[in-house]
Amino acid sequence: MDMAQYMQIFIEESRENLQDMNSNLLYLEDNPEDTNTLNNIFRVAHTLKGMSATMGFNNVTHLTHEMENILDHIRKDNMKVNVNIIDLLFQCFDKLEGYIGNIENYGHEGGEATELINKLHSVKPGDTARATCNKNHITDQNAENSSKPTVQLNEYVNNVVSVAIKDGLNVNLIKISLDDGCVLKSARAYVVINTLEKFTDIIHSNPSIEEIEDEIFGLSFELVVISEKDNKFIRKELNNISEIESIEIIPLSRENIKISQDIPIIGSMDNNDTKNKGNEDGGITDKKTRTSKTVRVDIDRLDNLMNLVSELIIIKTRLEGIDEDKKRQNANEAIEYLERITTSLHDAVMKVRMVPIERVFNRFPRMVRDLSKELGKNITLIMSGEETEVDRTVVDEIGDPLIHLIRNSIDHGIEKTEKRMESGKEKTGTVKLVAYPDGNNVVIEVEDDGGGIDVERVKKKAVERGIVTHEEVQLMDDKESIQLLFNPGFSTVDAVSDISGRGVGLDVVKTKIESLGGVVEADSCQGKGTKFIIRLPLTLAIIQALLVVVGTEKYAIPLNSIKEITTIKESNIRRVQDSEVVLYRGSTLPILRLSKLLNVPNTKELHKDVDKEVVVVIVKKGEKDAGLIVDSLIGQQEIVIKSLGKYLLNIPLIAGATILGNGLIALIVDINSYFKFIGGEII
Amino acid sequence: MSPINQYVVFKLNKENYGVPIEHVETVEKLTEITRVPNAPHYINGVMNLRGEVIPVMDLRKRFDLEHISTTDDSRIIVLSLDEISVGILTDSCSEVIALDKGQIDKTYNLTIPLEDDYVEGIGKLNERMIIILDIPKLLINNMDT
Repeated sequence: MDMAQYMQIFIEESRENLQDMNSNLLYLEDNPEDTNTLNNIFRVAHTLKGMSATMGFNNVTHLTHEMENILDHIRKDNMKVNVNIIDLLFQCFDKLEGYIGNIENYGHEGGEATELINKLHSVKPGDTARATCNKNHITDQNAENSSKPTVQLNEYVNNVVSVAIKDGLNVNLIKISLDDGCVLKSARAYVVINTLEKFTDIIHSNPSIEEIEDEIFGLSFELVVISEKDNKFIRKELNNISEIESIEIIPLSRENIKISQDIPIIGSMDNNDTKNKGNEDGGITDKKTRTSKTVRVDIDRLDNLMNLVSELIIIKTRLEGIDEDKKRQNANEAIEYLERITTSLHDAVMKVRMVPIERVFNRFPRMVRDLSKELGKNITLIMSGEETEVDRTVVDEIGDPLIHLIRNSIDHGIEKTEKRMESGKEKTGTVKLVAYPDGNNVVIEVEDDGGGIDVERVKKKAVERGIVTHEEVQLMDDKESIQLLFNPGFSTVDAVSDISGRGVGLDVVKTKIESLGGVVEADSCQGKGTKFIIRLPLTLAIIQALLVVVGTEKYAIPLNSIKEITTIKESNIRRVQDSEVVLYRGSTLPILRLSKLLNVPNTKELHKDVDKEVVVVIVKKGEKDAGLIVDSLIGQQEIVIKSLGKYLLNIPLIAGATILGNGLIALIVDINSYFKFIGGEII
Repeated sequence: MSPINQYVVFKLNKENYGVPIEHVETVEKLTEITRVPNAPHYINGVMNLRGEVIPVMDLRKRFDLEHISTTDDSRIIVLSLDEISVGILTDSCSEVIALDKGQIDKTYNLTIPLEDDYVEGIGKLNERMIIILDIPKLLINNMDT
């Protein structure tokens, strides 16, 4: 069978399962006695095993199998959870993650984790019958998933079965084991159930029908059916279904129903234990069923939908442009209505693309745990706002910058325990990771309660590195100085030791965030801690922009970077060295002429009229402002951002293009890069 | 791999050029082109191709040919290679021809006044000479200009 089409699903699901395992492992570390968590890890390992076996990734299967063995020992109280085991399990997790990564990137899983498996073997007490182990897992797992409803159902089932037997009907317990290679398990199970329903009444199933439909089961499931037909007939019918490994039909009489009261239908071991687990598991099972109501959609299809919505918005804008005639009231109303719909449609499509930032945050607890162990610091990570939703593209891209920032905070921000004690702080350092929506932006903050940034040292370093001159640095306030950390010149190796490591690769973080259309700022209070604030736009594809005219060309300036629009007299512009500034509201504002920067032909710059007033769009980036001189304004418009394509990658000063209502293209100016133009000269 | 390939033939300063048909996405009439500041000099700008933003290259500037104004016959051939799409400005474009390998002379046998970098070979068809362009070189090699 061609597996390629299932590959993506496999990878996605594996990743989800791994994330699940990760959080459960972390929890288990703090609560080693918690059987629930243990069972969850077990279940995840088992699912992974099944999935990878189906896909033919034997090393993954092998490793997860060994993990199961270990976990099984712990479950059976042959072993206690200790630091070694947790570490080992984490190593397994890492390896699994590596495997999945390899599969995603290269299509094969990579070498066998012999060393790790040996380690797993070494912690195993005594010899165990592995073959039976495996079988038990499946049943245990099933019991776990559904034992809660089973317990309740049993009385009912019991009654029905008793009545049926009294009426002389055949009551059978049918155990179906699906083939290892069966891909659409739930569909296969559905075929089985459908076949049975033709001539039997299914009164009970384990796991429940819903769970079977949602594919929350291993490879086997059990049904209790009442039928007039005998076993042979049922077997014959079922034999016609493919991809079934084994069919077991056990006639139920009054005697074995008694047993089934204790043991939820199946002959599993340690039944009491399972039942308890089931009860406690309730919440988690609920959660599972809730998530299963989603549909997996290929991101390309969403992009396609998004493009269509964009087209619609372009057409809408065009309609708005056509009809200037006031008399045509009806048309106007229709257009307004259309506008409302397109806006809602756009919102809806954007929402589809949104995923909770949790997906990124999930990996941090583990990272913080490892780092704090490695560095011998006690650190707690407090996360909040994981449910904040951001665009899918943002989720994919934001991970690395955040890792960078968190590492920075832990490595260089939070002091050693002794030092913390000296300065009268809590022994345990805290790193806070907070996300929240703010208007059209999402804000992510990384905050630590460490030593903070030594501004004077930053300044000194910046001068040494030639980023700023001695004179300039004197004029800078603390905030501006801290921003120097994001300067590429700071990220050199020896800066690590000189400025307590602050600034390592922060320029990389900044570049990444800016490429997503966001900004990053740092805020620090010496002795108290540091806070990095990342601000990202919610949507990446459609923005509000101001259209301006420069010469004969039209340009779009993103509205979120515009502070205000004003006019100033040409005569008020002063030349300072090579740049132009103007005194505006008591402070100096650097002036940039768009026509000059964009080499717009035929501009009347040569004969400057001193008394003429020019239109200045004041743009901001973080705390910095600059004025852009344009010829005239057209107005505000919703625009769809298009890239200039691969061929024109990295054209300076241009962030992209947009198609106007009349079908012409206007370029979007990249405000961030204008600030690079002002360069080192900071006001 | 069939030895016979099809080429879209276009004219530029009275010379015939051919591009492999598999790289041709579409042939369009001239539309409004928006200048892109700070782009390479031979990029006239970008055009709107049914909602896509496509750069338009002026082959005359690229090949250092004499400047001739566009006419009603002028066409933009949109070439694509992997994910790169670029339109090229031509004087006219009206035919597709089939050439087999034997009908194409490799350029290393010849000396051409043009920048033979972008020329894959010269096709001969009934006394006509068709300059076959090397699309990957044309579209990729100049990224650093």
